[in-house]
Amino acid sequence: MADKITLEVFRYRPDDNSEPSFQKYMIPLQRDWVILDALNYIKDHIDGTLSYRWSCRMGICGSCGMMVNEKPVLTCAAFLENLIPGPVRIEPLENFPVVRDLVIDMRDFLEKLKRVKPWIIREQEDPAIEEYKQTPDQLADFKQYSMCINCMLCYSACPVYGLEPEFTGPAVIALAQRYNMDNRDHGNSARMDALSDESGMWQCTFIGDCSKVCPKKVDPAGAIQRYKVHGANTWWKNLLLPWAKDK
Amino acid sequence: MTNTTKSSGKSYKKEMPILWWTRRTSHIIFVMRELTSLGVAYFAIILLLLIGAISQGEESYYEFIKLMKSPILIWLSIISLLGLIFHSVTWFNLAPKAMVVKFGKYRIPGIVIMLSNYAGWIVISIIVGRFLLY
Repeated sequence: MADKITLEVFRYRPDDNSEPSFQKYMIPLQRDWVILDALNYIKDHIDGTLSYRWSCRMGICGSCGMMVNEKPVLTCAAFLENLIPGPVRIEPLENFPVVRDLVIDMRDFLEKLKRVKPWIIREQEDPAIEEYKQTPDQLADFKQYSMCINCMLCYSACPVYGLEPEFTGPAVIALAQRYNMDNRDHGNSARMDALSDESGMWQCTFIGDCSKVCPKKVDPAGAIQRYKVHGANTWWKNLLLPWAKDK
Repeated sequence: MTNTTKSSGKSYKKEMPILWWTRRTSHIIFVMRELTSLGVAYFAIILLLLIGAISQGEESYYEFIKLMKSPILIWLSIISLLGLIFHSVTWFNLAPKAMVVKFGKYRIPGIVIMLSNYAGWIVISIIVGRFLLY
């Protein structure tokens, strides 16, 4: 087995050189290293100018997502060993503007997330009630969607988002569903407008790659399809029973 | 170091190539499924033309049937039918993702939802087939 591996890393430095390029780095091949370890090795020992995001190293902060050999992955969970013999191509997450090297601009995602009001909305708060109880079954209804870590791999995997950047996108709709399906929440109709307009769920053509790349098994594709069913039912209900009120 | 969070304003965005869908098998299958809509359109047009021919009387009906027996149109029909079967099968296989049916605490397994879709398809096909053949 070779004891070295080559990484081809995407470089973009708007200040000195506006054209992006790939830079090759030869690094020691350690069997227990993930891509993020390799990038940290480059930063510490070869080239301190390389920029990338990372934080927890354990698949929960959601900040180290990158394209590795054209697939969106969390680099803290992608082992070098599985990419032998290389070279391994590392690029910033696709479908986002690149700020520098492997760092993307995520403002679009954060704006969209805010629009669906990802928090529990109550019609009215009763100060006398100290806690709103929930059974394990009620929790199970939405728990899967609450596992989202906002890593945005699903946005990189989604060609609809690449072609139509207005699309609300997989994670945001899954997170809206997390609150819509929570029995303590009354915000379904408050989120409906943002989710069912022309940039909302109907843009999704159910390719399903968002669910395949999700490191937390959130299944955003499933969440969107379920929401389409709900949206269609609500539309009929409003048409036939206009006096009935949605949650 | 006060300006660390302020970007220079410049950023790079890669454009999606026109052949983006050739890079992954899942995307090729997706585009194929979208293209089957042409088969649906083809059958809808044939149906309208057929109704038009019937309304013109017996002679034009037989003329239309004769036209439909030309090899090119038979091949078009076969290709469209295969496309529609492909569409239906992939659609039914995805159905459990969209349909979550619960009876109280019990959630109906995805395979049951998928198979009941197939069962409905077969039953309707038999009923329609009987109308066409008798």
